[in-house]
Amino acid sequence: MTDELKKHIASAFDRDLEAIQAQILKMGGLVEVAIRDAALSLETRDEELAEKVVAGDKVIDEMEELLNDEAAKVIALRGPTARDLRVVLSVMRMAANLERIGDLSKNMAKRTSVMSQLAQIEGSATALRRMARDVEHMLKDALDAYIQRDEALAYDVIERDRDVDQMYNTLFREFLTFMLEDPRNITSCMHLHFMAKNVERMGDHVTAIAEQAIFLATGEMPKEDRVKEDRTSSDPALSSGADLG
Amino acid sequence: MYDSPLRKTEVDTNESKISARDVQVYYGDTHAIKDVNVEILDKTVTAFIGPSGCGKSTFLRTLNRMNDTIDICRVEGLIELDGEDIYDKRVDPVQLRAKVGMVFQKPNPFPKSIYDNVAYGPKIHGLAKNKAELDEIVEKALRRGAIWDEVKDRLDAPGTGLSGGQQQRLCIARAVATEPEVLLMDEPCSALDPIATSQVEELIDELRANYSVVIVTHSMQQAARVSQKTAFFHLGNLVEYGDTSQIFTNPVDPRTESYITGRIG
Repeated sequence: MTDELKKHIASAFDRDLEAIQAQILKMGGLVEVAIRDAALSLETRDEELAEKVVAGDKVIDEMEELLNDEAAKVIALRGPTARDLRVVLSVMRMAANLERIGDLSKNMAKRTSVMSQLAQIEGSATALRRMARDVEHMLKDALDAYIQRDEALAYDVIERDRDVDQMYNTLFREFLTFMLEDPRNITSCMHLHFMAKNVERMGDHVTAIAEQAIFLATGEMPKEDRVKEDRTSSDPALSSGADLG
Repeated sequence: MYDSPLRKTEVDTNESKISARDVQVYYGDTHAIKDVNVEILDKTVTAFIGPSGCGKSTFLRTLNRMNDTIDICRVEGLIELDGEDIYDKRVDPVQLRAKVGMVFQKPNPFPKSIYDNVAYGPKIHGLAKNKAELDEIVEKALRRGAIWDEVKDRLDAPGTGLSGGQQQRLCIARAVATEPEVLLMDEPCSALDPIATSQVEELIDELRANYSVVIVTHSMQQAARVSQKTAFFHLGNLVEYGDTSQIFTNPVDPRTESYITGRIG
């Protein structure tokens, strides 16, 4: 911000804006760790790590509340306009997205303890962890794009969410196959499917964060509607499993 | 996304009321206004903002030839009101000012009764044939000035005895009494408290139905609150002119952004 625009005459205003942006980065860092640990705990069947993710979500929730309070204070006391207003608005919206990603990570981690009692589905935990790792990297890049006002990087993140949706489609089909092969796989596969859906939703929230980076840099939300790659809810060929038997 | 569903902020018309082309203003050797081109719309509140000395008040005063009285002041370019050049030799500045009213920074009622303050303009312009008509004009103007209910029982009391906010609304009533088409306001609220300011702002919003209003203000929040169009002046240049919501959310020129966000311009 300071390299493209001069500082405010009221320097305390600059400090307030920098503070809320530092907070959102800190919150983003915690959420990145939550995504990583949730997926890792599943793969390594590490219940202790899963509990850590569940407990850590409280901190993320508190940070969202704090950020909303601070942002409201900046609006009330400073009356921000133009880019300053976009900083405050985007921070509030991103805090909501990050909080949701935190929740999804928690939900995923909660299933780890159930999963450790159930039969393993070959390769699924590793595939889920890869998908989660992609989302984690996307989140890191979205936050970098936000801080550096890097429109191109933000668009790149939005583009990469297609891959995440594709991975979800693939997993969805795999789980169907396992369930058709042996009904004893159904419980495991249902849990794994919920987790895959959790990660797919995280990708959508990361996309929303990247959109805020674009909004901050340009003053406008990205225009073209993204093609939704998760087609399992609309494509009967994908969900009936008719061609999989 | 700029059209707020909460409040109608867009302009009602795109009809131009005042058109300024390549306007230059000089005070002696000082070039105070440089190449200003702007269309002031009818039935719209237009705000002029900018740092002190940027030329916004000077430009406002050219719109009803208030600068005529300053010997060293020279205006070049074309300013048209409804397509007529207001600097044409045949134009009588007194008639022009009946059409283009003005309200100043400090309330300046005449040291006369409330009634006479408002009746003065219509009298000298011969707008009333008799006392009954004049009474009617005065009441209508005071109602438009949103002060009728407060003064109707003491129209003979001196205008100077009113509170600051009431005095300013009396001056607005006085300005609208001659049925102007344009109302120029030079910092109309800078001497008023927040309540009186709100009353005057509410009044400005109502006046928009009948007049083209141009307001010079140092309060950017006020410009954002009352206007549909905003013009940002800097060092005698008109830097940016556009919808108020666009100027305050996503200005095009970095100088505009620096100014409205409180950075050194």
